[in-house]
Amino acid sequence: MADTLIDFDEVVATYDPALGLEVHVELNTNTKMFCGCPTTFGGEPNTQVCPTCLGLPGAMPVVNAKAVEAAIRIGLALNCDIAEWCRFARKNYFYPDMPKNFQTSQYDEPICFEGYLDVDVEGETFRVEIERAHMEEDTGKSTHIGGATGRIQGADHSLVDYNRAGIPLIEIVTKPILGAGEKAPLVARAYVAQLRDLIVALGVSDARMDQGSIRADVNLSLSPKGSGVLGTRTETKNVNSLRSVERAVRFEMSRHAAVLDAGGSILQETRHFHEADGTTSSGRPKSDAEDYRYFPEPDLVPVAPSREWVEELRGTLPENPTAKRARLQEEWGFSDLEMRDTVGAGALSLVEETVAAGASPQSARKWWLSDLARRANDAGVELAEVGVTPEQVAGVQRLVDAKTINDKLARQVFDGLIAGEGTPEEIVAARGLAVVSDDGALSAAVDKAIETNPDVADKIRDGKVAAAGALIGAVMKEMRGQADAGRVRELILEKLA
Amino acid sequence: MPELSRDEVRHLADLARIDLSDAELDHLAPQLNVILESVASIQGVAGDDVVPTSHPIPMTNVFREDVVRPSLTPEQALSGAPEAEDDKFSVPRILGDEQ
Repeated sequence: MADTLIDFDEVVATYDPALGLEVHVELNTNTKMFCGCPTTFGGEPNTQVCPTCLGLPGAMPVVNAKAVEAAIRIGLALNCDIAEWCRFARKNYFYPDMPKNFQTSQYDEPICFEGYLDVDVEGETFRVEIERAHMEEDTGKSTHIGGATGRIQGADHSLVDYNRAGIPLIEIVTKPILGAGEKAPLVARAYVAQLRDLIVALGVSDARMDQGSIRADVNLSLSPKGSGVLGTRTETKNVNSLRSVERAVRFEMSRHAAVLDAGGSILQETRHFHEADGTTSSGRPKSDAEDYRYFPEPDLVPVAPSREWVEELRGTLPENPTAKRARLQEEWGFSDLEMRDTVGAGALSLVEETVAAGASPQSARKWWLSDLARRANDAGVELAEVGVTPEQVAGVQRLVDAKTINDKLARQVFDGLIAGEGTPEEIVAARGLAVVSDDGALSAAVDKAIETNPDVADKIRDGKVAAAGALIGAVMKEMRGQADAGRVRELILEKLA
Repeated sequence: MPELSRDEVRHLADLARIDLSDAELDHLAPQLNVILESVASIQGVAGDDVVPTSHPIPMTNVFREDVVRPSLTPEQALSGAPEAEDDKFSVPRILGDEQ
């Protein structure tokens, strides 16, 4: 049954949204949280498991020092306090993705708490308060067999691969984000995008949303405008791209408003997000925390990071993202609007890397925000996952600068790069894309264009230089785009002088 | 000390995925209360000077270096599994939702 929806403008005219985001970051440590199994993505099933992460009787967990270090660095980068003493806890539930029948997590004693992240949304700074960041472990991966296309509903049985079970996760939880109004979907997206940038800068995760190394749960509730009373929330789980974060918030706002407008009440539950049409559907009723029967993990001793260690780690933090954006804007000479578009498109680090690879800031911005952004949008993927690297973009621009190709041919080179046909140079050679600057061939094409367009030629002879465009077009067509348009113009004007 | 109600026992059984009949609930709920009472007598011994303890030895920061150790082979990993398929653990149909 399709949900009734309310037009977004009407929603924000009547209701105040309250957002909450829970982001899980899978760390890129060599080994799991509590055992020495490798964490490599994409291994053969159950080849990265041991008695500890399989929950076999008698196996004892030991905490990965590198994961604690990463947790503290993330906390510091989010302006959090770092606990002087904290413990792990067992979160008890029965589900085959956790072989132990509990997930080792943290409950009332998170390692990081009370922080914030300042987020840029269309040139405005929005402070997102962080409630906590805690350490836990990832779960195994289930494949459902016998139902329709891998869905759990109607499945006959399920197959579980525990390679991912026990990989260190940091869960970062915001406080309720109030007052975002109509910008709530953008704030949610910008928060996740800028959190991802921070995680990349810290180097603690692969930060690939498409591979699930960053996953967002989106909490949303509405309250009647100005009432200040928080409404009942829903939690949309595993929203796995920036675009989806924005869409999930927008959809849930419209859906909640429709239910409330009709006099109904929102069911507190988890929701599934559907990439294909940007909708959510009902999951399970949200369990009360007490149903997880949390208790301190007796197999692990408390973590008490010394203040010296914390300060030492503070010294390893990357440049503050806000300061960094200001510095890059200055260095690149971008206008406020250009900078805002670059950040908004999630292209900041891509442009930075492209510039580092030798391209001019304006050319780097041009490719990422126009041609490549369009391709990413068409394919429904993030810009970073469009299939072209910053080095390749710089390589294409080098060929443009050398006049080997023009902008139009560059687009064909990008086609080739995405198809994996080799380096930009190899693609130009293999596809025969180089611009023809041989005057002999160009001259012949220009002569032909003049001959077939005598009226246009006459106009140009009469001094109407603007008419040259039609002839340039004809020549470019004849040369299948592989001509230097500037040189063609010169030749036309010379011949018709 | 408040008694554990029959409904609470039913809820706990639900969480533990144990299917209890009405007769079993009648039988087990009072027994659980006896166990709780027995354990509660410890509270009479522990004074205010005894803090709740989750680990018997007062130690902190037991860490492991981030160095890969050999894993099991899939054959070893699956050797105790009642059912396996494609090197994965096969489990019965899952009712309910992911956590």
